[in-house]
Amino acid sequence: MSAFAIYAENLTKCFGSFTAVNSISFSVEAGEIFGFLGANGAGKTTAMRMLCGLSKPTSGAGVVAGYDVAREPEKVKQSIGYMSQKFSLYEDLKVWENIRLFAGIYGMRGKHIASKTEQTLAHLGFEAERNTLVKALPLGWKQKLAFSVAIFHEPKVVFLDEPTGGVDPATRRRFWEMIYQAAERGITVFVTTHYMDEAEYCNRVSIMVDGRIEALDTPKNLRQQYSAPNMDGVFQRLAR
Amino acid sequence: MGTKSNSRLSAVNGQLIKKEFRHIFRDKRAMLILLAMPVVQIILFGFAITNEVKNAQVAVFDPSRDASTTRITERLQASRYFDVVRRLGSAAEADEAFKEGTVSLAVIFGENFDENLWRTGEAAIQLIADATDPNQAATLTGYASSIIADYQQELLQLHSVPFRVTAQVRMLYNPQLQGAYNFVPGVMGMILILICAMMTSIAIVREKETGTMEALLVSPVKPFALIFSKLVPYFALSVVNLATILLLSVYVLNVPVTGSLLGLMMLSLLYIFVSLALGMLISTLVATQVAAMLASGMALMLPVMLLSGMIFPVESMPEILQWLSSIVPARWYINGVKKLMIEGLPVASSMKEFAVLSLMAAAFVAVSIKKFKTRL
Repeated sequence: MSAFAIYAENLTKCFGSFTAVNSISFSVEAGEIFGFLGANGAGKTTAMRMLCGLSKPTSGAGVVAGYDVAREPEKVKQSIGYMSQKFSLYEDLKVWENIRLFAGIYGMRGKHIASKTEQTLAHLGFEAERNTLVKALPLGWKQKLAFSVAIFHEPKVVFLDEPTGGVDPATRRRFWEMIYQAAERGITVFVTTHYMDEAEYCNRVSIMVDGRIEALDTPKNLRQQYSAPNMDGVFQRLAR
Repeated sequence: MGTKSNSRLSAVNGQLIKKEFRHIFRDKRAMLILLAMPVVQIILFGFAITNEVKNAQVAVFDPSRDASTTRITERLQASRYFDVVRRLGSAAEADEAFKEGTVSLAVIFGENFDENLWRTGEAAIQLIADATDPNQAATLTGYASSIIADYQQELLQLHSVPFRVTAQVRMLYNPQLQGAYNFVPGVMGMILILICAMMTSIAIVREKETGTMEALLVSPVKPFALIFSKLVPYFALSVVNLATILLLSVYVLNVPVTGSLLGLMMLSLLYIFVSLALGMLISTLVATQVAAMLASGMALMLPVMLLSGMIFPVESMPEILQWLSSIVPARWYINGVKKLMIEGLPVASSMKEFAVLSLMAAAFVAVSIKKFKTRL
């Protein structure tokens, strides 16, 4: 089972008498782009928090990058990257300061950080923005930067929580190109989204309804199974 | 391995602390408030409550009109503080004089003053002051008492018989006589807790609001390192403010540190730590910056101003409020500062204050670490 980048078995989280995540089981292979779909309140965020080592499962098991999320949350945290729906960089820090800060937090060495910062800025075409305060960047740029920071320390798995909220379709496309590049380098991508066209980009997609995973397959198979023309149709059938 | 991981840990802490300083230095408005607030408050309080008195109007009731009373009255008149403007026909007339507002001090000599002084070695003077302005009243009675004491001293030198002129001081309208030097400890107590508690709680809650806290929590940073790095810059700023307040009070307001400066610093650092811990606690209880501001504004500023003894003396409060005031950290701090700075008592005298504040710090840290963990 350690061959999987993410492995969940009967993962459950209860808050009092409310079961937010109800015994979900799935596995994600290394380098896979895994779409994690569901209506608001379906339990996506709770499941993701457990997988990130932020929240202890009530029962069941979760293994991320080879570490048990309940017993070794610190090792899990060291091996993952994370980007949330809320923009997660510091607006009042400069571009390079944000990179330096998060790279340092993940224990990277100063020299290594310096050379990799050059690469990253060049890759993004941000060389001129090195000393710009992040709040002065357009939203699309910020999100690309946030993603670059999330995978800067070469995590095995990156969790993206609605990463493209609020940006235009063209920027979203470019953002997905970055996701593909990361996956090609072997980084497993676990992504939640409300955009059904993005769901089509994923290798496999799971759809959560009321704390359970109701469907899990490739977008193509899901379309056939639910005889829908696109993922939007599949989602409508399940989530209602 | 141990030192290697330690040095990495401190490198991470260094990064986090740098980041906090950048947050503060880039917010020019907050910086201005942080550094100018103590200056403005000290100056405002300092000049609003001036204790310099010149040519205060004095009424004298002197039934015996003998050598001693005349000498004392002359001395009062001669000093630059007093101006004897009225002779009273009876002690009761003093009340009228005060009500008319024409005098601010009445000197009432006992009957047969000189005779009593020579025969029994004891004579009485009553000083009555209008204490609606408590600072002025304190200053006036203080000056008058010392003039009388001077006269007594002179008599002692001339004759070897021990004479005792006892000046009995009565404060009208405000018998507790708050004010004067008291506002310096009060302002210290208020500014330090406001800056430490309000600013740290806002700084932590801001990260919750913007979502960066989430990014830090999923990272391998230890919660302790996270909180520690938040506290360091505000601790540094508070030390700067403490120095500003002390320098202003000593050199601008002429309120000297009469006791142990080291003791005062130690007490202040302890109080700063208590305030930071309180700010941490607040940040674990609220979710928005506005709530943090309101919580620290309402829950700290009002109790500090009303219950700490800064404005109203704790001793004259109803018992339940006295009891309530003992959970206000500022009360203990202000008490300690009064002892160490104003009264010049030895550090040992404020052991109780040190102990109470230490206990509070331990309690706040314990509760907030527990809260911080269970929040996840």
